[in-house]
Amino acid sequence: MDPVKYLKSADLMSWLEELARENKVFAPRYEGDAVIFAPFDPKQEISIKHAATMPPKKTVFPQSEKLVDFTYSKDPENLSRILIEAKEILPKGTTVVFGSRPCDVRGFTMFDRVYLAEKTTDVYYKARRENTSFITLACEKPETTCFCHWVDSSPSDASGSDVLATPIEDGYVLEPFSEKGQKLLTSSLLENGERWILEVKDVHENAAGFLANAPDLSQAPQKLLDVFDNMEFWENAAAKCLSCGACTYLCPSCYCFNITDETTGMKGTRFRSWDNCMSAQFTMEASGHNPRPTKAHRLKNRVGHKFSYYPAIHDGVISCCGCGRCIKSCPVGIDIREIVQEAINHEPAIGKE
Amino acid sequence: MKDKNHYLPEMATINEVIQETHNIMTFRVTFNDPQVMENFTFQPGQVGQLSSFGTGEATFVINSPPTRKDYLQFSVMRTGEVTSKLHSLSEGDQIGVRAPLGNFFPYEDMKGKDIVFIGGGIGMAPLRPLMLYMLDNRKDYGKITLLYGARSPVDMAFNYELQSWLEREDLETHLTIDAKYEGWQHTVGLIPNVLLDIAPSSENCVAVTCGPPIMIKFTLQALEKLGFKDEQIVTTLEKRMKCGVGICGRCNIGSSYVCMDGPVFTAAQLKELPNEL
Repeated sequence: MDPVKYLKSADLMSWLEELARENKVFAPRYEGDAVIFAPFDPKQEISIKHAATMPPKKTVFPQSEKLVDFTYSKDPENLSRILIEAKEILPKGTTVVFGSRPCDVRGFTMFDRVYLAEKTTDVYYKARRENTSFITLACEKPETTCFCHWVDSSPSDASGSDVLATPIEDGYVLEPFSEKGQKLLTSSLLENGERWILEVKDVHENAAGFLANAPDLSQAPQKLLDVFDNMEFWENAAAKCLSCGACTYLCPSCYCFNITDETTGMKGTRFRSWDNCMSAQFTMEASGHNPRPTKAHRLKNRVGHKFSYYPAIHDGVISCCGCGRCIKSCPVGIDIREIVQEAINHEPAIGKE
Repeated sequence: MKDKNHYLPEMATINEVIQETHNIMTFRVTFNDPQVMENFTFQPGQVGQLSSFGTGEATFVINSPPTRKDYLQFSVMRTGEVTSKLHSLSEGDQIGVRAPLGNFFPYEDMKGKDIVFIGGGIGMAPLRPLMLYMLDNRKDYGKITLLYGARSPVDMAFNYELQSWLEREDLETHLTIDAKYEGWQHTVGLIPNVLLDIAPSSENCVAVTCGPPIMIKFTLQALEKLGFKDEQIVTTLEKRMKCGVGICGRCNIGSSYVCMDGPVFTAAQLKELPNEL
C-alpha cells in the first residue's frame, strides 16, 4: 500500500473539487433538518460533524433505478401485431463518496454477499459497486444510539471502504484500503501523513472508549427462532409500530426492493425501487393471502432476518451495521437492540413452548 | 465473462392460447430467438416469471414437461393485475419470460417408486410437467396414480387431455368435484376424502401434491392416516415474488427463499422451516 497521506482541513473543498472533475462526488450536506448525501457543490457547505441522517445507500443502490426500457411498435408485416423490444439500462460512470461512516459502508458488505453471489450476480448493483469509491470518516465520538461494536465493527472499521479518513487537529489522515483508494490519493494537495499515525491510533481508541460493553449476540440466531411462534412477544415488540418504514429506508443494510413498470404511449420502463418489509403490501398475494398479516409478523421478519436468517446462510455475519438510525429516527421509539436482547433473555413459559 | 442480467426478460411469442376454464388460460410460447429456444433447458417443477410490459411480472410453473420441447406452457388463473393483463393476450402477442427459476421435483430420487399425484384446482398445473415427464419415462417408475379435483366440471383445467389420461393403462386417474353436477360421470367428494377412499399404499410410494392451502392442510392429514411419512410427501409452494433469484426479500420463510430453495419442498423440509406459509 502507498503511504498514508495528510490533508489540511483548509484544502478539503479543493480536494473534493479535484475529485469531482473525473467522478460524480457525493458528500453530506444539510437539506432542511436532515443531512443527506448530495452531489458535491463547492458553493455549498458540507456537514460532517455527525453521521448523516440518511446513509449513502443510494449511491450504489438508488432509491429508484431503471432496469429495462421497453418499446412497443407495430409489426410492419402485420399491423394488428405489436412488437416489443426490451433493453437493459446499465449504470455508467464513476462515483466517489466522501464522508460516509464505517457503519454506512459496512452495510454494503452485507449487500455484497447477496447481490454479488456467484450464480445470481446483480449486474446493476455490481456495476455501481465496482465504480463507487468510499472515503470514510472514522467516528470521533459515537452517539448513544450507536452500536457498531455489538455487530463486530468499530468506529474506525474500514471494511468495504477505499480510504479511511481520520480527523486530527487541522486536517485528516487518509489511509488507503484498496486499489481504488490508492488512486484517489494522488493529489498534490496531499502530503505524507506517516508522522500522524500515532495520533490516528489515539482518535480510534478514544472513540471506541465511548462505547459501553457489547452483549454477546452469539445466541441471537437460535433464540429468535425459539420465539418465532410466540406472537405475544412480537405483538409487544411491535405494539407502538406505525409501519412507516423509516427503519428500512434509513438502514444501510436493508436491501429489499420492488419492481414496477411505468408506461407512456409506446414506451415504458421497468424500475427497481427500495421496498419496505414493514408494509402489509410487501408479501400480500393476489389471492388476498398474506404470510405476514400483522405488523408483529413483519417486525419479526425484519429483526429475524438481520439477526438470525441472514447469519444462518452467511457465515454467521449479522446483517445489521449498528448505525442506530432505525432507533434514532423511529417516530415511536422502537429500539432493535432491546428486541434482540429480550429475545436472547426470553425464558419460555413452562408448558407453553 | 459478462454476468447474466437476471432481470432482463427473454422475448417470446404466444403461439397458442387455450381457455381452460372461466378464469384459467394456458399459453404456449416459444422464444423469439431460435438459438435461445434450442438451448433452453429446465426441470419439471421449475418456474418462470412472465412479463406483461407495462403491468409487471408474476410467477408461474412451466407446466409442459422438459421431454416435450416444442413450446413452454404456462397456465394462468386470473387473480390480480398481471394475470388479468395476461388474459387479454392472444396468439401472436409478445411476452417476456425469465426462466427457469427455482428448484425442481426430485424425480431422480423417485425412480423405482409408486407415485400418487394429488392436484386441486390450478394446483394441477405444477404436477402436470412431472407427471408427463414420468409418463414419457414410464419404465423408471412404479404405479402412477392421479387424483385431480376441482370445484365443479367447469373449473377443471386440461379438459382436452383428461380423456387420454383416463384411457391410459399405465396411469390410474381419478377425477373428483366438490358437489353433484348434472352429467358428471366421475367421483363427487372433497379431495382428502376421495384420497382416503382410493387409499393408495404408502409403501415405496411418494405423494406429490399441490392445491389451495385448505386442501393441502387436509390432504396432508389424509396422507398421514394412510401411513405416508413426511419424507414421502412432496409439495410446491407459491409466494409473492419479484426478483426470482433470492435477492428482493419477500418470499423468504426464515432463511429459505421459495424462489431459490423452493418452490419444491418435502413435508419434512417444511416442518424444519419457521411456521410462516
